[in-house]
Amino acid sequence: MTPALAVSDLRKSYGRTEALRGVALEVGEGELFGLLGPNGAGKSTLVKIACGLVRPTTGSAHVAGARAGTLPAQRALGYLAELFRFPEWQSADEVLALHQRLSGSDGGPRERGELLELVGLEAASDRPVGQMSKGMQQRLGIAQAMIGSPKLLLLDEPTSALDPAGRRTVRRLLEELRSRGVAVLLNSHLLSEVELVCDRVAIINHGEVVAAGTPAELSKPGGVEVETAAGSRVFAAAGRDDAPRIVRDLVSAGEEVYGVRVLTSSLEDAYLEAVGEGAR
Amino acid sequence: MNAARTIAGLGLQEAVRRRVFLIVAVLTVCYLALYGLGTWQAFEEVESESSSFRGVEPDVVTGAYLLGLNMFGTLFLGTILAVFLTLGTVRGDAERGLLQPLLVRPVPRRTLLAARFASASLVCGAYVIVVFLISMTITWALGGWWPDRIVEPALGLAASVAILCALSLAGSVFLASTANGIAVFMVFGAGLVAGLLGQIGEALSSDTLSDVATTASWILPFEALYQSALGAITADTVGFTRLAIDLGPFGGAEDFGPLLWPWAIAYLAIVGAIALRAFAARDL
Repeated sequence: MTPALAVSDLRKSYGRTEALRGVALEVGEGELFGLLGPNGAGKSTLVKIACGLVRPTTGSAHVAGARAGTLPAQRALGYLAELFRFPEWQSADEVLALHQRLSGSDGGPRERGELLELVGLEAASDRPVGQMSKGMQQRLGIAQAMIGSPKLLLLDEPTSALDPAGRRTVRRLLEELRSRGVAVLLNSHLLSEVELVCDRVAIINHGEVVAAGTPAELSKPGGVEVETAAGSRVFAAAGRDDAPRIVRDLVSAGEEVYGVRVLTSSLEDAYLEAVGEGAR
Repeated sequence: MNAARTIAGLGLQEAVRRRVFLIVAVLTVCYLALYGLGTWQAFEEVESESSSFRGVEPDVVTGAYLLGLNMFGTLFLGTILAVFLTLGTVRGDAERGLLQPLLVRPVPRRTLLAARFASASLVCGAYVIVVFLISMTITWALGGWWPDRIVEPALGLAASVAILCALSLAGSVFLASTANGIAVFMVFGAGLVAGLLGQIGEALSSDTLSDVATTASWILPFEALYQSALGAITADTVGFTRLAIDLGPFGGAEDFGPLLWPWAIAYLAIVGAIALRAFAARDL
């Protein structure tokens, strides 16, 4: 099966600055892939190369089997930039109609209506962009990225201007997209958000992938914490499978056990470990 | 083709919604009203002093002077329109985040640039042609004088602003909006200075100045087209009247010969190729 996005030994230099140093990753069909990393790590450069806005120095990037930046690749993707603007004089509906024409979508008013409803802007379809809040514009940006039912969505900080309710809407939206088989590359600073929705995660630092895997794979066992009458005790070397034995041993030793918790490190711990203390 | 139409339409739609055309129309009406007033006054004065014009046709000299000055004003207005419609097309719009959502669509960069050029040069070209024709009609209605040629100067002005549109679009690939606007106006000014040098060279019979002016006009063909357009309105005028016209603002007007139009087209192609190449290589 052709991956939605395949990146191999991707390098990008801006003068002497190396933004990407041999990045390789794949995003499968219908996969939600999270991209994490500190500011300046090269995440946005990677996304921009994938959507053809930036040319790689060496290496390759393919979208749905087509070289990034070519028309077949552009037809297969939707993109929401981190910093974007739509013409202030256009209404939400006009923005979507414009992108329908440019992408060759024949969805018409029905597609526009569905997308505006999906992002909660159905009541604002005639409102000019200039009269929308930043959060509304961001939701419109997400709807715009979904025009023409792309195979791959590249979302660069899609929730940065959203309130908690808006973020929840986007999370649901991402899950809905996964169920439809749409692949998503999510570039976000919000670790909890990525942990909640993403199937796999790559952590980029100084232009290199320093850790990759499922959120569960990236989290490390942190021991077993047992609450007894004498207080909490942590068995640091123990894992989930050791919990029943530990409880049995404590009970047979005459201790009363009130609670047991298997400790794992969070994605945040894994992230901080991968990018180093400088990211704190 | 559909994408090109959409992009071209977007630029025009923006100008309509932002009331650019409305403001341009209102100010142009004011400009033409002032021109009409000046023309009426000038012909009145000339008529009352007609006995002092010996050997020259006063209505031809007056009409040609006035329409010639008006053509400079028309070109200037057309240039302002051209610059403001195109100055931020690439770098300016990219810095504002307006360009990226369009370019990730299956729209080749060359299509975007060509569509923006087509829409801007059509609007500006049509604008200068219409203003020229109205001015010409005003001159005839108030002074009874028609230029010797009509189509040639109108097309010359239109081609002149088309070249300025191309320069402004090409500049937008390299420069931020403000810097590009300043640069294009300075290039426009340099062209005018070249014309002025030609006029001085003519008056002083200085070959060096004339050569410098001619070379500069070939390098900046919008100026050569403007001068040719200027020359065309009195192309058939001869004798002392011709001499009187040449002593005025038409001294710098020059016929650049049959190679001017092919060169103007080749110039557009060269500027376009440079802009496309730079745009294709530009990271956004």
